[in-house]
Amino acid sequence: MRRAGLYRLAIVAAMLATLEGLCRFGAISAFTMPAPSVVVRDLWGILRAGSMAGAIVKTLADVAMAVGLSVVTGVVLGVTIHRWRGLRETLEPLFATYYAIPVYAFYPLFIVLFGLGSTPQVLIGFMLGMIAMLTSTLSGLDRVPRVLLRTARAYQLGPLETARRITLPCAAPFLVTGVKLAVSYAFIGVVGAEFIMSRDGLGYEINFAFNNFDNGIMYPLILLILLLSAVLNMALHAWERSLLARRGR
Amino acid sequence: MRNGLLLVAGLLVVWQGLFAFAGAHALSPPVDTVLYLGQLLGTAGFWEHLAETGRAFGVALVLSAALGLGIGLPVGLNRLAANVAEPMLASAYAVPKIVLYPIVLLIFGIGLPAKIAFGAIHGVIPIALFAMSGVRQVSPVLLRSARSLRMGRAQTLRFIVWPAALPEIFSGLRIGFSLTLIGTLLGEMFGSQKGLGYLLMTAIGLQNIPVIMAVTLLLVLFAAAMSVVLLTVDRRLRRG
Repeated sequence: MRRAGLYRLAIVAAMLATLEGLCRFGAISAFTMPAPSVVVRDLWGILRAGSMAGAIVKTLADVAMAVGLSVVTGVVLGVTIHRWRGLRETLEPLFATYYAIPVYAFYPLFIVLFGLGSTPQVLIGFMLGMIAMLTSTLSGLDRVPRVLLRTARAYQLGPLETARRITLPCAAPFLVTGVKLAVSYAFIGVVGAEFIMSRDGLGYEINFAFNNFDNGIMYPLILLILLLSAVLNMALHAWERSLLARRGR
Repeated sequence: MRNGLLLVAGLLVVWQGLFAFAGAHALSPPVDTVLYLGQLLGTAGFWEHLAETGRAFGVALVLSAALGLGIGLPVGLNRLAANVAEPMLASAYAVPKIVLYPIVLLIFGIGLPAKIAFGAIHGVIPIALFAMSGVRQVSPVLLRSARSLRMGRAQTLRFIVWPAALPEIFSGLRIGFSLTLIGTLLGEMFGSQKGLGYLLMTAIGLQNIPVIMAVTLLLVLFAAAMSVVLLTVDRRLRRG
């Protein structure tokens, strides 16, 4: 695994170096894309000046809101639907085709219904993230061994105690996968919606800079989004792995 | 089947309920939307938009599949290459690709190529990821029996690896299909003068609720119908 990590680093470095070379020697004009080193410098400048602090806070707050809503609703609905067999069978086709439906197509409606504030963007992030959490909860609950549940009944554990000692530990890896997906999807949903139409946030700022041909702001912000999503994804991946490893022991 | 009908009925009830709650300035009710969609489908102008989106989506899908399989299959055959590539592709999957749209536009300019490229960017990653994991997960027992039968590399690939990995590869194509559609539509929403995405975007600007609803309905119907078909094939493949 360590060797793979080194190769990965080398590949990314080689790609960046190639891009830098192409930009420096004029194969890619500065109007299309500034050199990576310039983008990094500009991003540093923007972060230090704090001119985008409001947009960053707004986007991250909306993502956090969408994730929070997704996780709570997803788990609650998951547990309810898991109990109620007929409902689950009816909803199963919806879950299976849900991610094939272009959720952004609903965004115009949300704008009409809720205005241009944060609500439509949070809602899009929630719509993308919640179903992932819900289906992960369902598969987690499916994997709780019957024997353990029967044991709990034999020991006359209450519902809370059963959840704490048996259901949650058994379902945990699936729940973490659900949270991971919810975070990625909520991030994609919020930033995408901001980009399409909104008044603030990182997605909006990128679109605004693009419309003004302002590469000095657009590229650094794109880099910031890429970095944020990579860091979030890697942190959650590590958490997932550590949970799975602990269970393997 | 019964579940599907129940579900559709339930969704229609929710839709009608939302209409009663929010009113005509926000959304149009189911019956009106279907009628309006029928009306739209009777105009030549709408078919031009539809054809444009269809063209962009078709090319983007072929590109995603070719690139995704072209990357995923060979990389999956090599353990080290797969270990190196997997986390990179997984991170790329989690990126909000919409922010890359300005770059695509700067490279390709406004028009069909930009939409195609943007659709393909969305579709190629899941197709590559699933193809890779499909090839990787071929059971070692099968590979060992191939070796004991002295099958050559080409034969092993043709008769062992391909059929064993096919269900996973198909799942990738199924997910790639829907993501390519989403990508193409997003690509049409900006810097475009034709297509359903463009139609949606102008309708938002004009607050034209019937058009928004009708186009959304058409897209949802198409995506859901294709997804049901692909899911059926997928399940059949998995049952073997």
